[in-house]
Amino acid sequence: MVNKEELLRLLYLMVKVRRVEECLVDIFSQGKIPGFIHVGIGQEAVSAGVCSCLRERDVVFTTHRGHGQALAKGIDLNRFMAEIYGRRDGFCKGKAGSMHIASREAGVAGSNGIVGGGLPIAVGNAFAAQYRNEDRVTVCFFGDGASNEGTFHESLNLAALWNLPVVFCCENNGWAQFTPQKVYMKLQNISKRAESYGMIGVTVDGDDVLMVREEAEKAVERAIRGMGPTLLECKTHRWLGHYVGDPQKYRTTEEVEEVRKFDPIIRFQKYLLENKHVDRQYLDGLEAGIKMEIEEALAFAENSPIAPAEELFTDVYA
Amino acid sequence: MRETRYIRAIAEALHEEMARDEDVFVVGEDVGGPGGAFSATKGLMEAYGERRVRDTPISESAIIGLAIGAAAEGLRPVAEVMFADFLTVCMDQLVNQMAKTRYMFGGMYTLPVVVRAPGGAGLNAGPQHSQSLEAWFAHVPGLKVVSPATPYDAKGLLKSSIRDDNPVIFLEHKALYGSKGEIPDEEYLVPLGKADVKRIGKDVTVVAASRMVHEALDAAKDLSKDGIEAEVIDLRTITPLDRETIFTSVEKTSRLVVAHEAVKAFGIGAEISAMVTEEMLDHLDAPVLRVGAPFVPVPFNLERYYLPNARDIAAAVRRVMEY
Ligand SMILES: Cc1ncc(C[n+]2csc(CCOP(=O)(O)OP(=O)(O)O)c2C)c(N)n1
Repeated sequence: MVNKEELLRLLYLMVKVRRVEECLVDIFSQGKIPGFIHVGIGQEAVSAGVCSCLRERDVVFTTHRGHGQALAKGIDLNRFMAEIYGRRDGFCKGKAGSMHIASREAGVAGSNGIVGGGLPIAVGNAFAAQYRNEDRVTVCFFGDGASNEGTFHESLNLAALWNLPVVFCCENNGWAQFTPQKVYMKLQNISKRAESYGMIGVTVDGDDVLMVREEAEKAVERAIRGMGPTLLECKTHRWLGHYVGDPQKYRTTEEVEEVRKFDPIIRFQKYLLENKHVDRQYLDGLEAGIKMEIEEALAFAENSPIAPAEELFTDVYA
Repeated sequence: MRETRYIRAIAEALHEEMARDEDVFVVGEDVGGPGGAFSATKGLMEAYGERRVRDTPISESAIIGLAIGAAAEGLRPVAEVMFADFLTVCMDQLVNQMAKTRYMFGGMYTLPVVVRAPGGAGLNAGPQHSQSLEAWFAHVPGLKVVSPATPYDAKGLLKSSIRDDNPVIFLEHKALYGSKGEIPDEEYLVPLGKADVKRIGKDVTVVAASRMVHEALDAAKDLSKDGIEAEVIDLRTITPLDRETIFTSVEKTSRLVVAHEAVKAFGIGAEISAMVTEEMLDHLDAPVLRVGAPFVPVPFNLERYYLPNARDIAAAVRRVMEY
């Protein structure tokens, strides 16, 4: 059972991820962030549910839609924001941006711009833990689309074969860029693929944070106890376009409105209110605190300079 | 000193480095029991066991990804890709991941990975098992590319590559595996980024790599009979390129021929030629000439027409001498 403190933590993570991403959409639209960004608004229960059962030393591999995954793992918001702004004080000094957020202190190994590119590397991370007999687990996030890359199959097979302490978390939002799942694969439940590699596969309602948390806990436990990897599929919904600014010509306005009824935050808040874990006042206070965190992060990022030109040549080689 | 074969020199380097450093492990297809397709890893399983000698499924992307992930955590993987041609199967992991991890994450990671892969033609292995792809990898910032020509260099360079904190693509030449050469009994290293003057000469510089070094040396012997003394530089490391050794030699000879087995077009010869022309046009008495394979895939049983050889190198040298 998840205790009250943990329930509140889950709520905090989900609301924080949501508000940060809303803010990113906003400032991106104002032209303050260079490049392009992908947000996962509507998918917060997955990152919160999974990352909340990890310890500091556990490691997550995140995706191009990975802000939530990184934030839920506990990445520092100020430096996160500075990286998205492309500034010197970002985790990667402005060389990474939204698509390659990483922080070793927080156990965020790094997000990948190549769909499916992170899976084999996550397997390597878990291998290192096993090789050195370290008590930690690796979680690799990826999308439904990524499950059709060869790396998915190679990685799951190898991880199962070697019994590596890794959890493959498929954040299935039903879309791969502009294409819905039914157009590009025959299976409905991606977790079914687990069986063909000899690992456990589970599909959960990814908009129900407690369900995600429960199955993630079991998967992490299995990994830590040397019982091998799990393929955990969390079915969720992508509210916005593939990238911020995507006109979404490929789906109807009704559908875009429809998906909002799955709101994992409203659902969880309702549960917490009904069970008297929180009251309205608590929720307001939470929002206010998060707003302050975000304002501070924005100020930090905007006050951070762009790295000097010499930075171009550092970090190519060790 | 003792005589050994190129392939045994590779094996010795692996043995010694695994004995020296517990973080070094070997991973790849058939590397365990069978000792690899060319037996470079023979005996490692007996010596170091299953934990450090990892037989994998036929999953090149997973092999490289595994190496990246493990190296980022401080291990020192030596991955074997059975044929250099198969490096193309895992290009994303090599080029988008391995080469960029350090830079992209602002120096957060150090990736001491070695990817060993046998390349080159000469064994009638056909178009998909014979390529020389060094230029592909030399074109990618973040990678080092090593390509030894002798047993001595193979051993010393592999040991240095394993100790290097950067990803190294270590391209062995499978037609050289059986070749013999002297190596010291005691431990030694050959530094990365340092070319080797394999023959001293005053009239013309021939820069070569891998198997072409031997062809260049044969050509030099032949040319010597006509009073042309060629200086033969073995690059050993393609990147970082040892510009100084090339410049110093060309300052002396004022003439340059570059020879490699890969197709001539867009190869490393083009880069070296352009570099020398950009930096020392005033020193040159003749245009830089390149010797390389024609712009065709490696044909199975027509290799004799395909492979550049000592005669081609000698002809190119004569042309620059007569210019
Ligand atoms: C190898 C590769 N192919 C295509 C792309 C372009 N691309 C970026 S995200 C994306 C969709 C990925 O879908 P999914 O894995 O389901 O993740 P989601 O975007 O839904 O989070 C595509 C096709 C890419 N970045 N990398």
